[in-house]
Amino acid sequence: MTAEHIPCNVVVELLTDYLDGGLDAATAVRVENHLALCPPCLTYLDQLRTTIRGVAALPVETLSDGAIAELEAAFRGFHTPDPLQ
Amino acid sequence: MTVAILRRPAPRAVTGADRGSRQREVTVRPSPGPTTPAENDLLARLRTRDSAAFTEIVRAWSPAMLHVARSFVASHASAEEAVQESWLAVIQGIDRFQGRSSLRTWVFHILINLARRQGVRESRTVASDLIDRDEAASTVDPRRFRPVGDRWAGGWRAGAAPQPWGPEAVALNTEARAVLTAALARLPDRQRVVIELRDIGGLAADEVCGILNLSPANQRVLLHRGRSKLREQLETYHNHGEQR
Repeated sequence: MTAEHIPCNVVVELLTDYLDGGLDAATAVRVENHLALCPPCLTYLDQLRTTIRGVAALPVETLSDGAIAELEAAFRGFHTPDPLQ
Repeated sequence: MTVAILRRPAPRAVTGADRGSRQREVTVRPSPGPTTPAENDLLARLRTRDSAAFTEIVRAWSPAMLHVARSFVASHASAEEAVQESWLAVIQGIDRFQGRSSLRTWVFHILINLARRQGVRESRTVASDLIDRDEAASTVDPRRFRPVGDRWAGGWRAGAAPQPWGPEAVALNTEARAVLTAALARLPDRQRVVIELRDIGGLAADEVCGILNLSPANQRVLLHRGRSKLREQLETYHNHGEQR
């Protein structure tokens, strides 16, 4: 073990920052070095990515067509008062 | 609201007339500032009452807006109402919008203010005023790691390390999606809203900080705690499936 070693239980807490590019360069390198040698932590990172992709792919509801049509009508009907008048 | 004002470019006159109403995809890159050409273009089109531009952003942003609004109000119908009201406020305010934040940040800011007010009327607990009581320092059960004093302290214990979920887990099946939906609904409000804005709405970290008035560190903590819990639920689901 070197002074640079970060244990697994610390690495798992840094992974969101790691994915966001929010770690300082030295820490990011340490995390990468750890991941290169630690299959379980790499698995954990993969699973976090799968989770994020899964959330992004959840079916979403949107406004009804009727509601969107009403908004479009409101948009077309809205005129800014002429400031010169 | 103080969103990245430092990076604001010199204001420039938007001359909408010469931009006409070209049909273009709404591809607004996540950015706290208003500086992307796509956003300036979009804004100009909205200001010249290009209804195609309006329809595009309503269709593109409303799903995430509904998700977020749902965290503040009591029902889906109320969330729809808040989203509709927000778009009406956008229509009325678009000419006064000064571009200190990105257009999308501004729209979500309006939404959250309206949804929050509506939530108060409905006596629903207001998400952003909740103190995050989820103070646990670790997002993974500490018992899964070797204890202090162990030669490999902090390393995964044998048998407790995460197991790969297998290739079929890459695209979540219907069951796994249901697990994820339920887990998301159970998250503390602030974690859920941050996840919805980041991972469903696709907003950038600094946009979310601006909208929810969070420090960057706080935003990351909420996001990390939320995602970790969702991962854990999926892990339980997959491990359970393997045992059967």
